[in-house]
Amino acid sequence: MAHIIEMLHIVKTFPGIRANDDVTVQVEEGSIHALLGENGAGKSTLMSILFGLYQSDSGEIKVRGKSVKITDPNEANRLGIGMVHQHFKLVHNFTVTENIVLGLEPRRGPLIDILTAEKKVAELSKKYGLEVDPQAKIEDISVGMQQRVEILKMLYRDAEILIFDEPTAVLTPQEIQELMEIMRRLRAEGKTIVLITHKLKEIKAVADQCTVLRRGKVVGTVPVDTATEAQLAEMMVGRVVSFSVNKKPAIPGEVLLKVEDLKVKNTKGVLGVKGLSLEVRRGEILGLCGIDGNGQTELVYALTGLVKAESGRILLNGKDITHYPVQRRTEAGLGHIPEDRHRHGLVLDFRLDENMVVHSFFQRPFSHWGILDYNAIRKNAERLIEEFDVRSGEGPATPSRSLSGGNQQKAIVAREIDRSPEVLIVAQPTRGLDVGAIEYIHQRLVEERDKGKAILLISLELDEIMDLSDRIAVIFNGEIVAEVQASETNENELGLYMAGSVRKAV
Amino acid sequence: MTRKQRTQLIVPLIAVLLGFIVGGVIIVLTGKSPWGMLLALARTLTGFDFSGRGGFNPRYVGEFILQALPITLTGLAVAFAFRTGLFNIGAEGQLMVGSLSAVAVALLVPAPPVIHPILCLLAAMAGGALWAAVPGLLKARFNVHEVVVSIMMNYTALYFVNWSLLQFGSTDRVKTPDFPPSATLKSEFLTNLTNGSRLNWGIIVVALAVVVFWFVIEKTTFGYRLRAVGFNKEAARYAGMRVERNIVLSMMISGAFAALGGAVITLGTFNFGRVLPSFEGYGMDGIAVALVGGNAAVGVFLSGLLFGMLKAAQPLMQSQGIPKDISSIIQASIVLFVAMRLGIEALLDLTVGKRRAVK
Repeated sequence: MAHIIEMLHIVKTFPGIRANDDVTVQVEEGSIHALLGENGAGKSTLMSILFGLYQSDSGEIKVRGKSVKITDPNEANRLGIGMVHQHFKLVHNFTVTENIVLGLEPRRGPLIDILTAEKKVAELSKKYGLEVDPQAKIEDISVGMQQRVEILKMLYRDAEILIFDEPTAVLTPQEIQELMEIMRRLRAEGKTIVLITHKLKEIKAVADQCTVLRRGKVVGTVPVDTATEAQLAEMMVGRVVSFSVNKKPAIPGEVLLKVEDLKVKNTKGVLGVKGLSLEVRRGEILGLCGIDGNGQTELVYALTGLVKAESGRILLNGKDITHYPVQRRTEAGLGHIPEDRHRHGLVLDFRLDENMVVHSFFQRPFSHWGILDYNAIRKNAERLIEEFDVRSGEGPATPSRSLSGGNQQKAIVAREIDRSPEVLIVAQPTRGLDVGAIEYIHQRLVEERDKGKAILLISLELDEIMDLSDRIAVIFNGEIVAEVQASETNENELGLYMAGSVRKAV
Repeated sequence: MTRKQRTQLIVPLIAVLLGFIVGGVIIVLTGKSPWGMLLALARTLTGFDFSGRGGFNPRYVGEFILQALPITLTGLAVAFAFRTGLFNIGAEGQLMVGSLSAVAVALLVPAPPVIHPILCLLAAMAGGALWAAVPGLLKARFNVHEVVVSIMMNYTALYFVNWSLLQFGSTDRVKTPDFPPSATLKSEFLTNLTNGSRLNWGIIVVALAVVVFWFVIEKTTFGYRLRAVGFNKEAARYAGMRVERNIVLSMMISGAFAALGGAVITLGTFNFGRVLPSFEGYGMDGIAVALVGGNAAVGVFLSGLLFGMLKAAQPLMQSQGIPKDISSIIQASIVLFVAMRLGIEALLDLTVGKRRAVK
C-alpha cells in the first residue's frame, strides 16, 4: 500500500525546547495510524505542522508522494486533510447542518440552500453510520453527537485524511465504543486516520500502526497487532510501567465524610446537585463516576466551600461544616486536589515555592508576626520537589507557569498530600497526564488511604475510578443513582448507570 | 539575575531611550537642535550648566525632586492596585480628598510642630482610603468595574473638594487661609540647601512610602494574600482567602498612597488649600509612573524621578527655544514604548539569539 502522508525529518524548535527532533512518520493510505506519547512528547506539535498551524524549521512533508508546503489550515483542507480538535469548534445555537456548511454554504441565488445541504449531510451521516439528525441544534445534542458533527464537517469538505486529537477524552465508555466503530467504518470506506492519544487501550482496539514519540524523537513505529500494551507503554515512558494499582483490600473504619441531602445551584442558577447523599469512611477510596456535567463540579465546590449549598448538610468527622468558609474547612481537616489546576490549583504567576504554601503561608514556620520567612518557604518547596519528583527548571524559584502540566499537577498533589488531611477530595487528579505520572499519583493516593484517610475521588476516567476505588458511586443528573463495590462491577454496568438508563437503589 | 529580571530592567531602559530619541527627532523636525533639550535635561538633573557658560544652581535639582514627589506617590497608588489585580484610575480624586483632609486637620486641629503634620498626613490617608473604598466595595459586592466608578468619583472629588475648601473661609475664593506654622512640611534647611527651591520634608514621606510599599507587597503575609488575589481570584478563594475583603483593602491602601500625594503638595509646596479649576493630572501621571516602573517599589521610585525631571525641565527647555510640549511627547512616547514591551522583548530575543548563533 502507498503512503498517503510522509513527514520526513521534521524539526521544530520552540524557545528552549526542541518539540520535534528529526521526526519521520509515514502513514499508509486507508489505515488508522496512532501517534502515542507522553505529554509534551511532540504529538500535537507534529500534527499541527501537518494541519498548517505551525511551520517546521526543517524537514519535508509529502502528500500522496508529492512534496507540499502546508502554510495554513486552508491549504491543509485543499489537500484533503481535516482535523477533529479536542475542543469542538461549533456554534451552539446553529443546527447541525448550519454548522457543517459554515463557510461553504450551497446557494440558490442570494439565499442559502439549506435543504440541499441537509440532504447531503443526511447522506454522509448514513454512509458512515453516524446517525446525526441534520436539523438538531448543537446545544440540544450530546457531546458524543457533537463530535460526530465535527467528523461530518471534515467529510463534507471531502477530507481523505482525518486527524483526531485525543478524541475520547470527553466521551462515555459507550460513546467511545461507538467512536471506535465509526473509525473502523471510515477506514473501510477508504479514509486514512491519524489518532493522537496516550490511551493504549484505544490503540489496541482500532489502530493498525503506532508511532511512539518520546521527548520529541521517534522511538519507533510498530504494527499494533503484534505489540502488547506493556511494550507500547515501555516505549512511551522509557521504562517498565505497572498498570494495575498495587493495593491491598481496604479496611474501612468510621465515617469521616457524610453528605446528607445536599442541594447546590450551578452557575446558571438551577440546581446542579439535587439532594445528594453519600458517605466516605476512614481508610477507603470512594470513586464518584459520571458523565461530565452531571453535578460533579457543583458537588466538589459545595464540599470544599467554594460555593454555598442551598440545603442539606456536610459532616466532617461528625462536625457540621456546611457553613464553614474555605479556610476553616481546611483547618478542620479537609484537603482538595482541584479539577482545574490553572483556575484553582495554582497561582500561575507565583513561584513554585510560593504556591506550595497557599494554605499555610500565615502559619509558622513560613511566617512570623505577619512577615514571610522565604528561607522556610524555599526549604519546604525543596523538600516536596525532592519527595514528589516535581521536575522544574529553577527549583523552588521556578515560575509555576513554566512547569509542564504533569509537574504542575504533581506540585498540587504534593502540597495537598503533605498536609495529610483527614478527608481528601480529589477531582480529576490525572487528567491529561501520562502513564508515568498517573502511576505515581495513584500510588500516593493509595498510600494515603492506607494511612487511614478518607478519599473521595471524582473522575471522568472510568479506568481510574475502577483501578483506585474501593467503592464506586455513580452520579447522574445531580443524584447518586447507584453505589457498588469496585470488585463486583464492570465498565458496562457503570456505563449504563452513567447514562441514566438504569438505576440501582442506593 | 534571572532572565525575567533582566528583561524587567532592560525593557523600560530601552523604552526610555526610544522616548528620548522620538523627542529628539521631533525637535529636529521643528528646525531646532536637540542639543538644547539635552542641556535642559542635564541642568534639571544636576544643576550644572553644560552650555559652556558654566555655573551651578542646586535650585533646579530641588524643583525636579519636588515635581517627582506627588507623582511617585500616585505611582505607588496605581502600582499597588495593579499588583493586586485592580486598575485604580481614581488616584486624582483620592489625592484631592487627601489634600482636603490635610487642610481640615491643619486648620481646625491645633497641635505642636512635628505632631501636627503627622496628624495631617494620617487624616489624608484616612480620607483617601475612604474615598477609594467606594469603588472597592462596589467591585467586591456587585462586580461594578472599578475604572468606571473611580473615574466618576474623580469629578465628584473635584467639585466636592472645591466646595468644601471654601467653607474654611476664603478671601479670594481660590485658596484657604494659610496654615499655622506648626502644620507645614516646608523646610528651611532643604530650601537653603537647594538655593531657595520649594523642596520640603515631603521627601521623607515619599521615601517612607516607597519602603512601606516594598515591605508590604514583597515581605508580608498580607501582601502575599493581596498578590494571590490579584493574580488569580479563584485560586485565592480555593486557598481560603477572603477575596472580596482583600479587594476593598487593596483599593483603600492604594487610595491612601494617592492621598499622601495631596497632603505633600498642600502642606509642603503651598501651605494652603487650593480651589482647582480642573484636574492637575497627578492621577494620570501616576499611571504612567507605575507602568514604566513595572509596578515595583524601586521601579516606581526611579520612574517617578524620571517623570519629575521631564516635568521640571519644561521651563528650561522653553528658554532654549524648544516647545515645552516636547517634554510631554517624550513622556507619552516612553509610556507607549513600555506598553510595547512584548515587541521590545521579541526584538531582544532575536538579537540575543543571533549573538548566540554567532558564538
